[in-house]
Amino acid sequence: MLVSLKWLKDYIDLELTAQELADRLTMTGLEVDAIKAVAHKFSGVVVAKISSVRPHPGADKLSLCDVTDGTKTYPVVCGARNINAGDIVPLAKIGAVIPGGYTIKSTVLRGEKSDGMLCSESELEIGDDASGIMHLPTGLTLGIPLETALNLGDTVLDVSITPNRSDCLSMIGMAREIAALTGKKIKMPVLKIKESVEDISSLSSVSIVDADLCPRYSARMIKNVKIGDSPIWMKTRLEAAGLRAINNVVDVTNFVMLEMGQPLHAFDFRFLEEGRIVVRKSKTGEVFVSLDEKSHILPDDSVLICDGKKPVAIGGIMGGLNSEVKDDTQVIFLESAYFNPSSIRRSSRRLAMPTDAAFRFERGIDPEGVIRALNRAAQLIADLSGGSICKNYIDEYPKKIKAVENIPLRLDRIREIIGTAIAVKDVVRTLKSIGMIVRQGGKGKYLVTPPTYRVDIEREIDLIEEVVRLYGYDHVPVTLPAVSVTEMASIPRLDLEERVRQLLIGSGYSEIINYSFTSAASVDYLCLPQEDERRNFVVIKNPLTEEQSVMRTTMAYGLLESLKKNINNASFNLKIFEIGRVFLKLKAGELPEEKNILAGLLSGKASEDLWGAKANVDFYDLKGSLENIFYDLKLEQCRYRAEISEPFLHPGQSCGVYENETRIGYLGQAHPDVMQKMDIRGAAYLFEINLDLLVQQIKQQISYKEISKFPAVTRDVAFVIPASMEAEKMLEIVLSQREDLLENVVIFDIYVGKSLGEWAKSVGLRFSYRAFDRTLTDTEINSIHDKIVHNTVRLTGAKIRT
Amino acid sequence: MIADLQQLEKDALAELKEAGAEDSILAIRTKYLGRKGLLTSLLRNIAQVPIDEKPLFGKRCNEVKELLETKIEEALKSQAQNKKEEILARDKIDVTLPGRGVRPGRVHPVVQIRREICDIFASFGFSVVEGPEVEWDYYNFEALNIPQDHPARDMQDTFYIEDNMVLRTHTSPVQVRIMEKVNPPVRILSPGRVYRPDSDVSHTPMFHQIEGLLVDQGISFADLKGILTAFLKKVFGDDTLLRFRPSFFPFTEPSAEVDIRCVICRGKGCRVCGQSGWLEILGSGMVDPAVFKNVGYDVEVYSGFAFGLGLERIAMLKYGISDIRLLFENDIRFLKQF
Repeated sequence: MLVSLKWLKDYIDLELTAQELADRLTMTGLEVDAIKAVAHKFSGVVVAKISSVRPHPGADKLSLCDVTDGTKTYPVVCGARNINAGDIVPLAKIGAVIPGGYTIKSTVLRGEKSDGMLCSESELEIGDDASGIMHLPTGLTLGIPLETALNLGDTVLDVSITPNRSDCLSMIGMAREIAALTGKKIKMPVLKIKESVEDISSLSSVSIVDADLCPRYSARMIKNVKIGDSPIWMKTRLEAAGLRAINNVVDVTNFVMLEMGQPLHAFDFRFLEEGRIVVRKSKTGEVFVSLDEKSHILPDDSVLICDGKKPVAIGGIMGGLNSEVKDDTQVIFLESAYFNPSSIRRSSRRLAMPTDAAFRFERGIDPEGVIRALNRAAQLIADLSGGSICKNYIDEYPKKIKAVENIPLRLDRIREIIGTAIAVKDVVRTLKSIGMIVRQGGKGKYLVTPPTYRVDIEREIDLIEEVVRLYGYDHVPVTLPAVSVTEMASIPRLDLEERVRQLLIGSGYSEIINYSFTSAASVDYLCLPQEDERRNFVVIKNPLTEEQSVMRTTMAYGLLESLKKNINNASFNLKIFEIGRVFLKLKAGELPEEKNILAGLLSGKASEDLWGAKANVDFYDLKGSLENIFYDLKLEQCRYRAEISEPFLHPGQSCGVYENETRIGYLGQAHPDVMQKMDIRGAAYLFEINLDLLVQQIKQQISYKEISKFPAVTRDVAFVIPASMEAEKMLEIVLSQREDLLENVVIFDIYVGKSLGEWAKSVGLRFSYRAFDRTLTDTEINSIHDKIVHNTVRLTGAKIRT
Repeated sequence: MIADLQQLEKDALAELKEAGAEDSILAIRTKYLGRKGLLTSLLRNIAQVPIDEKPLFGKRCNEVKELLETKIEEALKSQAQNKKEEILARDKIDVTLPGRGVRPGRVHPVVQIRREICDIFASFGFSVVEGPEVEWDYYNFEALNIPQDHPARDMQDTFYIEDNMVLRTHTSPVQVRIMEKVNPPVRILSPGRVYRPDSDVSHTPMFHQIEGLLVDQGISFADLKGILTAFLKKVFGDDTLLRFRPSFFPFTEPSAEVDIRCVICRGKGCRVCGQSGWLEILGSGMVDPAVFKNVGYDVEVYSGFAFGLGLERIAMLKYGISDIRLLFENDIRFLKQF
């Protein structure tokens, strides 16, 4: 809300500077976002009077004027038509600067001397009117600066009003709040309604069909109005508040809304058929054209203000084009009503019409301020447009809006909530300063009735907040809670995440964070088949962009996109990982399944140093990183199965990752087709591990096994097996023989070469033998070793390479 | 004979002086001291020395032998030393070439901030809890005293999945889920991703929040000030100036916005703080009785406070990042700086 300090001073004496006021407001809950100085944008412009006007002898469209500033008379050539001798006008004298940086000089126009310029509102940027020279009120002293004469220049506070403080959405509301802070008295505008003899009841009537949506509707009529411009004081006030001046009737309705917080609407009475108003609920599909000339299809439960035949306004939101005030309007039907806040909010959201009126109605206006605002506006319209106010007003109030009364307030409770005691007299004084009625209600207890404009105050806690807010948060002491010692169960997966993060960081991976939403096309890029569950997207109904329209079901796409972006930035060597969730849609009406995933990607050179190794990363670099994690977690049952793959991975360089027969993820090279589709150069290796599954596999029981004091003896054997046979198979077969003295067997060499033939490879195994209680003899070892090798050859069909 | 001995000594020392390599030193030893060496032969001829000269000759022979042995030993030692030095000199490398091995990666700055905050609150006894990111409207709004058709919903624009299902706009729904299950005392922290449809230099449609909640008997607004003051001084330094000012959140009352003295301009007013000299850091307040009623806590027995803060904002302030979107672009040149 924009608060003009000049306007504010109509209601309260202000001794604080703008900055001081802003600080005080901010520290009591009305945050001031900005302080803006509004200055006039001209200099050297004075109040002057046209002494005479005569046509320019050399130009039809120009006039020659003599203009006096009270001491001197200047010849001025003017192109506007709306000037007559005796008019009071702004004169930009020689040397004056007008908006846009123009300096006025003495000139000769078609042979006639011109020593100044008469200005329009728009030329001086005082208002929008560019139709002619601005006419000033008579009675101003000639020669004084225009800014002084019109009292231009202002300071405007931009105050952010929290949704609970609807009472501050008006100048008087702000003044009330400032009065409570400064102890000043507030000056309410004086209401002097001069009514004509004609009674409104003889001219019009109001009937409310749906009192839930519209509990109160009041109206006045003003006849014989003359539509015209509003005076400068009103225009500058409206503009300071961010509204545009329209005419002297509409401006009054806006002015009173800003002044008192009560939205109003003025109808041209001649367009109200049967001369009456009916307030009813809209019907689905009803079409209505609002005064901004937009056509709306109404939902079924908006408040519709109708005349005898047709809708003329969407209640509380906007009037209709069919009944708006026009230049020739003579009779005004002025509405001041109270509408149901949540109904207004629903309609304004559905219609996408967040108007100033709706904003106030949905937050709740003062139900008892309806008539005051009606009278204030009627009086102002009559004053500014020369109209006469009909006798009496209509006040249909079928459903009394209940005011909250006598809220119990316990002094003890204040102390408990705030943590310090506030003196009784301070509590009472504070509440009274904001218009509350405070009555004693027993020992240490009060009964408090808030003013009707404080619709946010209903409960004891609301009162406590008011007390501490005005008492000042700064005065509340700083203490540490004495809390019972309890322990909440920790989440093992979070510990796992932290551990895995450390390991990957240590292996050179940097952590990234991708958005959880993605494009629906992501799964097409990944070539996921139609039946893949990762096509069951959680779809966002109101996404910002297509790229962020569904929740991701895999982290792979985001990793590849990150790779692509980095390659575009010439960062080719990438080691990244992300820890986050994927979302799988279950049934409608159920929350989706959220899985916690660890995902990583490798691409480019294996090592950053350029003078040493220059190899590109491959499958085994990525696998090694994963193995590190499993090693650290002491997960020894991890298996990598080539037969399980993902459609977006290279069929020959990918595998499923299993722990104790549970598939916990995959790793592999991104399929060249996917890379091509996504337009990514080079090769990328990626993995995803389901952390929810992984954490279940962790059994951190360490039990120490004694170390043998006797030496180990190793024997190396190279087996030649078919190239398609997995090396791990060899190990399995060796270990399946369950020889106690075989301490360990590892693969120490893989060889593929012409000498072996095209379809074979050599797997070198290193057998390590050790006994716990003695040094093994050669004979002993040879007999065991020969048996194992023999069996292995028999079971695999391998040949021994010599 | 004595003269022969003297000549031999002179020759041997001269040869030793010339000898360079280990081989030639060893050859000299063999030549003079070996079993068939010159000195040995001379000694063997002692019979031909006149009787009265014999003792002297014997003595001199031994002296020469000892001298030669010592000198040869020294020559060998020094030769070995030279050889070692030669090898060391030959093995000199360029120490300015970059080292080898895996450089560690970096933890994402937002995660670094989350860790720091969680660690601080862990030291105050808060435990980390979690909840779903796709959430029921009930938990995200209704249970937190934000009814349908209430203007407070304007405070948080929302992504909708279904009419009653949203992407959570804050991590506060986790509080409700925990309080539904656990009786006080409660001391929890819920970090996580949250979503609001907004995108510019200071907003991304996804960001991270940490929400904290403490409920027990006799918890007051003064305690809220105490915990949050201790926390913010740990994050931003002991000399950080703070202010608590009234604000509005539907699920707390009284509510407080907490500002710190602008870390950029130290209160003078700059672009970052919007000339105010203060930076909004977190929102907080005493849990509204309506929330307690929704989870079945007795409002006359228990009270508590809640607070929430955006991690990106803190990361941006701490690291001087001017555009929030950089945090999610995953440019490795950006990430490597943290």
